[in-house]
Amino acid sequence: MPVPILKQGDYLIASIQSALIDSEVLELRDDLADRIGRYRSQGIIIDVAALDVIDSFVARSLRNIARTARLRGAVTIIVGIQPDVAVAMVQFRLNLEWLQTALDLEEALAMLDRHTRERDRDGG
Amino acid sequence: MADEDVTVLIATDADIVVARGEGRALAGRLGFSRTDATLIATAISEIGRNILVHAGAGEVRVGRAGDDHRVAIVVVARDEGPGIHDVKRALEEGYATGGGLGLGLPGSRRLMDEFDIETKLGHGTTVTMSKWRERDRHAVVRDAPDRDG
Repeated sequence: MPVPILKQGDYLIASIQSALIDSEVLELRDDLADRIGRYRSQGIIIDVAALDVIDSFVARSLRNIARTARLRGAVTIIVGIQPDVAVAMVQFRLNLEWLQTALDLEEALAMLDRHTRERDRDGG
Repeated sequence: MADEDVTVLIATDADIVVARGEGRALAGRLGFSRTDATLIATAISEIGRNILVHAGAGEVRVGRAGDDHRVAIVVVARDEGPGIHDVKRALEEGYATGGGLGLGLPGSRRLMDEFDIETKLGHGTTVTMSKWRERDRHAVVRDAPDRDG
């Protein structure tokens, strides 16, 4: 089942509903890259609360999504990393410096609003 | 490993999700914490993907180990793929041949208590890894022969 992607104003919100198989992760990447262009989105929020694990493949895929989005002019924020998943990611020593995170959707939206305002101000 | 053993054949990416789900479920039945169950599931996910990427197919078996008092989970991942040329290097950070970042094996080893690789070029690879239940891990250390005096 593809991950549903909602358009909310200038942002896209991808809500992962369950554990994903690898091909679904790659599908999500392609769907997001496509929609950023179509909707001229400024930001992407990916809700990973339903992911059972974030292993190196998923982490790498999320990073690729963030990099692709960046090239398309959008910022990516990951929300909902569960406490046990966070422990595993740290113990695994995944490289997480690239990662922009927020605890929940509300905080992520506020971050994107701030980011967009700053960019508009600097650009204008 | 006995009654509680579960074997999952790995042939597609969906099988990886099944295998780590079985590991998590067994961890839950054996009284592992949610966090430890996630560590185990993550290690299974990595090793399962290694099978898929490097060997194309194989199997992951999860089971109980230990004795009446102390409980561990053992994961045995087996394939008949090309084998690993240099195990020592494969366990170092940043060494990758499957298009990854070379984190899989060393990362998985850090998630588990024990980790062993048997490999033979042209014949395949078996990764055996285990993790003690948190309260039993301390009992194991306490009962270690060098502490008995």
